Amino acid sequence: MSETFVVAVDGSPGSDRALQKAIDMGKDRGVTLALTHVIEWSAFSFHTPEELAERHKRREEELERANEAILSPSEKIAKAAGLKCETIVLHGHPAETLVKVASDKGAENIFIGRKGQSKMGTLLFGSVAGSLVQISPVAVTVVP
Amino acid sequence: MYRILFAIILVLITPQLAYAAGFDESINALTAPIAAMVGQLVFFKIPIFGAQLPLVVLWLVIGAVFFTFYMGFVNIRGFKHAIELVRGDYADPDSPGEVSHFQALATAVSGTVGIGNIGGVAVAVTVGGPGATFWLIVAGFLGMSTKFVECTLGVKYRTENPDASVSGGPMYYLSKGFAERGMEGFGKFMGTFYAIGIFIGALGIGNMFQSNQAYVQLNTVAGGALDGLGWLVGLILAAVVFAVIIGGIKSIARVTEKIVPFMAVFYCVFAIIVILMNITTIPEAIGNIFTGAFTGEGVAGGALGALIIGFQRAVFSNEAGIGSASIAHAAVRTPEPVTEGYVSLLEPFIDTIVICTITALVIGTSQVADPNFANGATGVAMTSAAFERQLSWFPLPLAFAALLFAFSTMISWSYYGLKGWTYLFGEGQTGQTIYKLIFCAFVALGCMVQLGPILDISDALVFLICVPNILGLYFLAPIVKAEMNSYMARLESGEIKKYKH
Repeated sequence: MSETFVVAVDGSPGSDRALQKAIDMGKDRGVTLALTHVIEWSAFSFHTPEELAERHKRREEELERANEAILSPSEKIAKAAGLKCETIVLHGHPAETLVKVASDKGAENIFIGRKGQSKMGTLLFGSVAGSLVQISPVAVTVVP
Repeated sequence: MYRILFAIILVLITPQLAYAAGFDESINALTAPIAAMVGQLVFFKIPIFGAQLPLVVLWLVIGAVFFTFYMGFVNIRGFKHAIELVRGDYADPDSPGEVSHFQALATAVSGTVGIGNIGGVAVAVTVGGPGATFWLIVAGFLGMSTKFVECTLGVKYRTENPDASVSGGPMYYLSKGFAERGMEGFGKFMGTFYAIGIFIGALGIGNMFQSNQAYVQLNTVAGGALDGLGWLVGLILAAVVFAVIIGGIKSIARVTEKIVPFMAVFYCVFAIIVILMNITTIPEAIGNIFTGAFTGEGVAGGALGALIIGFQRAVFSNEAGIGSASIAHAAVRTPEPVTEGYVSLLEPFIDTIVICTITALVIGTSQVADPNFANGATGVAMTSAAFERQLSWFPLPLAFAALLFAFSTMISWSYYGLKGWTYLFGEGQTGQTIYKLIFCAFVALGCMVQLGPILDISDALVFLICVPNILGLYFLAPIVKAEMNSYMARLESGEIKKYKH
């Protein structure tokens, strides 16, 4: 069985660099890339009744948009470089969901781009790469 | 577009309204007789042992008692499972991003935790004596079973619209449920009856009563500076509601939905602090609740009078039997409709058994310490006075909380009412806008009228909705029971698994 790398993609330049790094490192080893996009979502948030009624519709739209705008372009790049790959899009807490995908796939490594936030920005909004490093059971490659 | 239009209208009419100094009074004089008439019609009362028992209250009590026994005390037996469901223990990890049990519960609770929890309880204690508190709690306890039945049905018989949004609630389970039992015509009639009831009823309990009490509390804080300016506060409130439901400024609603749960916790924490500050009077206050419940000292109609008032105010607050919450719960996509029933039974618990009881204790302990603490005020003003005795600064945050509770309840009810409207008239945009405009007008109206007539109208309308709903629940309860038993059996056999612990 070939090795798997999870690559966190969100369409940002940082995520493109992470993808490139994963391709570079995995190309010669026949690695399978699991391109994963997480839509931030919590089961414990508050909504209006109208939002609840439209939730399923919105979810379908979010999934479609993620596949078309974010995952397809990354998939093309990976395939063009000659790697096998699959695409995953999930709702949830970004770092926790990436960890879950990595353990489900028995991945060797998680690749993630960093945003280069300031200290203040991290304090306010948190950092996916930062929390991923703390909780991941497999190696995490943070690409600058 | 609408926003601009509204701004223009507002600018045009404001100067004219300012001339009308006695405007509030004339509106009041106009509505009072109408309210009294509607009240008499719906509140047909049977005199029993010197008490006046409104038929609709009897209707609700019998319903709640029946469902509690018929479902085998699901309100007690299902409590633990309800909490596990809300925690997400049984959430399917393969379909994240759909409406969770917690979200449905939080939304439904935001709709129910309103002015009724602050002001309605004060009304209950004023009219029904301390004993009304006891019956309020009993009503909350029994109401859990009614909620269980209606919310299970709400999910089971919801409709998926072509655009993948969902519509659910009593009008759908009444029409579909009866059709399943071979009574299509009757089901259609009941669904229509309910839809009319909720879209008119939304203008009372979920609208005028809320805006009225929010205005009263604002005025109390302002030291009476807003006397006679009800129309102005009403217009401002209406404008904000307008901005959200017609102008589509969702951010206001979203912010409210997020703040309300914290305000509810904040309210409870300070209420408990006040109760503790009144610690010496707690035993007597609790004693009064129990003796009042069975003797009804000083209450018109005695113990029965206290019971009636307690039940009436409990339903007004937790909406069990009204069916409104099932409209919000219908949004959850679950293969097991009964799970939403379990979750929903927490609503009367949170709303009535926890929050209303806390309010009642704040008032009760203050009454023991100083029988005239409120100077004859009732409703939200009385609750405010009870807090003020111990925490002089509290009326201000209380006014803020009242405003928020009122606002979130109005937003929820505008949606419930709208669902009744669209059930009748279809999903057309023009029709929806017309309904929303009517809704905004009543928000403004609520601030101009006295509490008495508003309560009469609101009560009357609410109970009008209960009639078709509970009648339908009797017929459809066997379906819910079968679902519950099958679900419980699979839960015990381990076929339905916990995903996490």
